[in-house]
Amino acid sequence: MSAQNGHSEENYLNASHGLRSWLLTLDHKRIAILYLISITVFFGLGGLFAAGVRLELATPEGDLMGADTYNKMFTMHGVIMVFFFLIPSIPAVLGNFLIPLMIGAKDVAFPRINLMSWYIYVTGGIFVLAAMITGGVDTGWTFYPPFSSTFSNSQVMLAAVGVFITGFSSIVTGLNFIVTIHKMRAPGLTWFRLPLFIWAHYATSLIQVLGTPVVAITILLVGMERLFGFPIFNPTRGGDPILFQHLFWFYSHPAVYIMILPGMGVMSELVAAFARKQVFGYLFIAFSSLAIAVLGFLVWGHHMFTTGQSVYASLVFSVLTMLVAVPSAIKVFNWTATLYKGSISYEAPMLYAFGFIGLFTIGGVTGVMLGTLGFDIHVHDTYFVVAHFHYIMVGSTLMAYLGGIHFWWPKITGKLYPEAWARLSAAIIFIGFNLTFFPQFLAGYMGMPRRYYVYPEEFQLFNVASTAGAGILGFGYAMPLVYLIWSLLYGKKAPANPWGAKGLEWQISSPPGPHNFDEIPVVEEEAYNYETPAQEVKVG
Amino acid sequence: MHSQYNIFPEQASTFAAEVDLFYFGLVGISVFFTALIFLLVFVFALKYRRRSENECGQAVHGGLLLELLWTGIPLVLVMLIFAWGAKLYFNAYRMPSDAMEIYVTGKQWMWKVQHPNGKREINSLHVPKGQAIKLTIASEDVIHSFFVPAFRNKRDAVPGMFTDMWFEPTKTGEFHLFCAEYCGTDHARMVGKVRVLEPAEYQRWLETGDDLGPTLVSALPGGGGSMAQQGEALFGRLGCVACHAADSGSRGPNLQGRFGTEVELADGSRVVADENYIRESILNPQAKIVANFLPIMPTFQGQIDEDGLAQIVAYIKSLGGKDGETRTEQ
Repeated sequence: MSAQNGHSEENYLNASHGLRSWLLTLDHKRIAILYLISITVFFGLGGLFAAGVRLELATPEGDLMGADTYNKMFTMHGVIMVFFFLIPSIPAVLGNFLIPLMIGAKDVAFPRINLMSWYIYVTGGIFVLAAMITGGVDTGWTFYPPFSSTFSNSQVMLAAVGVFITGFSSIVTGLNFIVTIHKMRAPGLTWFRLPLFIWAHYATSLIQVLGTPVVAITILLVGMERLFGFPIFNPTRGGDPILFQHLFWFYSHPAVYIMILPGMGVMSELVAAFARKQVFGYLFIAFSSLAIAVLGFLVWGHHMFTTGQSVYASLVFSVLTMLVAVPSAIKVFNWTATLYKGSISYEAPMLYAFGFIGLFTIGGVTGVMLGTLGFDIHVHDTYFVVAHFHYIMVGSTLMAYLGGIHFWWPKITGKLYPEAWARLSAAIIFIGFNLTFFPQFLAGYMGMPRRYYVYPEEFQLFNVASTAGAGILGFGYAMPLVYLIWSLLYGKKAPANPWGAKGLEWQISSPPGPHNFDEIPVVEEEAYNYETPAQEVKVG
Repeated sequence: MHSQYNIFPEQASTFAAEVDLFYFGLVGISVFFTALIFLLVFVFALKYRRRSENECGQAVHGGLLLELLWTGIPLVLVMLIFAWGAKLYFNAYRMPSDAMEIYVTGKQWMWKVQHPNGKREINSLHVPKGQAIKLTIASEDVIHSFFVPAFRNKRDAVPGMFTDMWFEPTKTGEFHLFCAEYCGTDHARMVGKVRVLEPAEYQRWLETGDDLGPTLVSALPGGGGSMAQQGEALFGRLGCVACHAADSGSRGPNLQGRFGTEVELADGSRVVADENYIRESILNPQAKIVANFLPIMPTFQGQIDEDGLAQIVAYIKSLGGKDGETRTEQ
């Protein structure tokens, strides 16, 4: 394979011009950019709602906003961050951009469906924005009935329709990736030579395709009850509110694995590239992704230990929850072992990777704690849970996303980002994150319930610390926004392989040409084979 | 009493100390593994830093033993953790047969408590120290959750069913009561206090009234009386006695001595006549018809509220029966 240098020649960014060429593109790389812009907008919106929540919580009284407004703030924060940022983020941006490149393909299997998935996503987003503008939703992102179906006076239907629609974006993206990975690998690229990023996205896609339809049906049922009074969850007419929880969590627990598995895929790439070493335990990491996908479907009842469900059901769910922790632990050990005898550099993506390992470990062990029965009774529905899932979603997934964005930024944009600023932001984000969320573990064990806009004074210290941390964290997130956009205009031109990393995506120009490869590569070696060093082409 | 620097709530129940011990164990194991990973990452990151531009790492092959070790050891550990947690959970769920019963109803946005002798309170629960207390919990509208951090225990109040929880308070004092399941506008204000008294004080409070603290005793139209007495009055007023008295012929089962016993249903299956069975039979009588009876009982959905249901349950319990546990399996 010949490396192509990144001098001004046709690439996917300048190959065609005009709004139509972007809005009607069939190029997976441009679709990834469309997703990048839209999820960034939603991230900003979700972040504004978080700011509202944290500002109110700085004092024990309800002095910034009324109860209903606060309830809408945390609901919108959750709905937007889960469905419109976290679930699409890595797959729709990095997955879309990189999967064909990593397997030596010209595009995904169904380019039109790929574009359609973005339009579906945007349509769902418009409904949620409409819900927000016309008064907001106050049910919590979990939409529990009978409150959501019978009692809430907010824009439940609009938000529900938005989430319902966006689910299909997730389903078809998953479908696209599964077919692409099965059918479009370059000659010589056997399954066990695939980059672990691909394995992670394959497992994620399985969950997306199998799980998302369940939440679609669930939302439909809530809608029917709310609009037409069909008594499905309403107990005064023979329905069962617990049925909703089973249906909802049957999807929403695997959904959290949709959010973390791609991040784990990014992690494998970052650790291999910045330690310049074969990932230790490749097979174990690959299979652990599949194990997480399968086991993840079996544990949903651990969200329901206090509902009065049968003790025996709770026991089964708790055992299975313990099991699903093991493959994640295996990954952490393997990444750590990859560092042994590596050749490690500390650019920003690697700093994010280090942050991930630490924060994911904390998030993971607290997840094991929550899965244990005796302990969960006390901390369920308290800030302990809030802290746990933010350690995973923000401390892990979001950091992996940012690490991946920085790592592949030169490939995607053809520009180098300013390294010193990137390292500084990574540090600020790490510090801000821990200050925001660690006190919440303590507040939770002390008994502070979730979704409270007023609270007893003894919780104030934890909340003030958390709000201060949120301010720092917000600043940390604003920095990449600024310097990444700056780099588009003034950044140094990027060579094909600024990191000296292995992987097919680094063998083509930065940015790639519209059809990726001049000739389909033939793969003759394992992934991450650093015995033969990759060419690092420095910028002149 | 509550300083801003506490990281543990007070331990006020027999369960609390067990949970805190478990917590210490969990935190200890977690800190061990977290520190191990942090240390290894830190040491490796420094020791193996890149020293020249084109340097690469050395692939390390063969690690099956290591993989099996760090798969097997966590697996064994989490199973042990599971077992410990399960044991605690069983303790929390097995209602002691000698527990004193109190009825709680959650509604937007307050907790209503009924003591068996008829005494009522709102957003407050008086209990005696050193005695097992069982709460039978209902909801009038949406899902709530009865949470007492000092007891390390909570249970959801689910509309359409009774749930229950028990605790044995170990010290006197006032402890936070929170609603822990989001329930709408004033979820954050659906709070109160559990007030644990010495047994003698509790008896005095139960019998007399307000001199121990701000409680609300509602004056019922037509007088109060104990919950069982109020239930009996309702039983008459709603016409239940027409079919469920000893001399009603075979219209409805006689309820004397029936609570907690096993009942054979028309389809051959057997259920325990516990709180939830009684509740279901009142609101959805066709669901579980007793064998050899016609399905002629009308529904009382909409004619009786949660407080009334609890009173009828208390009345039927007072007619005697086996001391069965409440089974809340669906």
